[in-house]
Amino acid sequence: MKIVAASDSSLLVEFGNSVSEQLYARVLSLFRALLSERDPRIRNLHPGYASLLIDFDPLRVSHEHLTAHVRKLIGAETSIKNAASRTIEIPVCYDAEFGPDLGDVAAHNNISIEEVIHLHASATYLVYFLGFSPGFAYMGGLPEKLRTPRLATPRIRVAAGSVGVAGEQTGIYPVDSPGGWRLIGRTPVRVFDASANPPTLLLPGDVVRFAPISRASFEQTLKAQSA
Amino acid sequence: MSILVKDPGFATTVQDLGRYGYSHLGISPAGAADSLSFRIANLVVGNDENAPALEMTLTGATLQFEEPAIIAITGAECSVEADGRREDRAQSIQLEAGSLVKIGHIALGARAYLAVQGGIDVPLVMGSASTHLSARFGGLEGRSLRRGDRLQVRQNSGLHSRVVRDGALPLVGVRTHTALRITRGSQQDWFDSDALATLLSSPFCVSAQSGRTGLRLTGSTIHPQNTAQLLTDGVPLGAIQIPPDGQPIILFVDQQTTGGYPKIANVIAADLHLVGQLRARNTVRFAEVRIQHAIELLREQEMWLKEIFAD
Repeated sequence: MKIVAASDSSLLVEFGNSVSEQLYARVLSLFRALLSERDPRIRNLHPGYASLLIDFDPLRVSHEHLTAHVRKLIGAETSIKNAASRTIEIPVCYDAEFGPDLGDVAAHNNISIEEVIHLHASATYLVYFLGFSPGFAYMGGLPEKLRTPRLATPRIRVAAGSVGVAGEQTGIYPVDSPGGWRLIGRTPVRVFDASANPPTLLLPGDVVRFAPISRASFEQTLKAQSA
Repeated sequence: MSILVKDPGFATTVQDLGRYGYSHLGISPAGAADSLSFRIANLVVGNDENAPALEMTLTGATLQFEEPAIIAITGAECSVEADGRREDRAQSIQLEAGSLVKIGHIALGARAYLAVQGGIDVPLVMGSASTHLSARFGGLEGRSLRRGDRLQVRQNSGLHSRVVRDGALPLVGVRTHTALRITRGSQQDWFDSDALATLLSSPFCVSAQSGRTGLRLTGSTIHPQNTAQLLTDGVPLGAIQIPPDGQPIILFVDQQTTGGYPKIANVIAADLHLVGQLRARNTVRFAEVRIQHAIELLREQEMWLKEIFAD
């Protein structure tokens, strides 16, 4: 574990340099401990795969003081087990129209489109962190046979709710935005709603499963949500 | 009372000092790009420094005030006219009902701020009035102003305008050649001393592909000695990241909250307001300071802000 000053207003706590649930458990533990303290001197927390960036007001708390506090929290973490994570089931319609890259993911891995859908909906994923855009969760745990590189040229517009894969990750586009992930389906559920509390469906540390739904069910859920 | 937008200018948004506490949900702070000029505008009209106000980019707005109001304009150099009279920046301007205020083309710097006594009345989203353009929330319906929009103003009768001391304004930085002070970044050890020396010794040009999410710089190329792929980690405001093409990017108020490129350095907090005034083709040079010095500079800036008011 290493704590470095990332700027005059932030510290980066690095737990390691690989993607693993063990390392991430330590990120999550520190993140949750700091979040629950609601220290007004801390402005923002940014979890990563194996690190936590702490943004703070340097006129109210020093790097040294915060570093000591973080070391104390990390020292105490062995006795605190992470609270059980929530498991969230997200309905996904793997219709060809919503998954323009289903064929590419299948071809890249030498499997059928049906297998792509089956594998994606059978696995259990971990939300490592949110980034890219509000509510965009980087989820790890993608089955090996689904791993496909990003598009060489990102799409200019990806519709909100689109479910994509990239490398070892899967994710859902919360709002219409540009994007380079391979799209395999779409969820009718809103993963970002600025007026909701919390505004995002997913939080760091959540466990996620995808449930395949029909096009009819997709349209129905969409309609029920906007009503 | 309300303000009618006759001409929104190039890109005008409602901002405050930003939305904090939501980075772990992927939500960047947004907020005024030049927070120092923003705070001065609010303080001049007697507002809380975080009161919602307008940020105008490259071209000012033309606004009709339907009732009497007190306003102030700060930030970039631009002409200000109220009913055809020329007005100075960074001083309170008393408007009669029906006044037409025209903020002209921005000649130097990138962003001008208009604060109105009481503050712009928009719903707070996650505790902030700042417009989050990419996710379309906050400010006025999550977007830039359009012709015909009507902005409401909060009523607050207990506010008194203040006067900025003579000569204080030029200290706020709008210029074509900007020196930014930096501290070393999270991945400083990914770069050898030559890479840091290149960053510190060469001028960089602000590219046209720059905005509130980040400023792309062109000039000498910089490459990490470590060619491994960085595991995505959190990005501090003002981080200078080096993408594979070797051309630095300063990540700014609308940035993504995490990133996968190594960060060689970080603009110091006291100089972030200067980043908000950079525009395409401006020249930037970097100078390194130690973290403790950077914090002292921030403290001095806060002292200066308190002292520039004559009352």
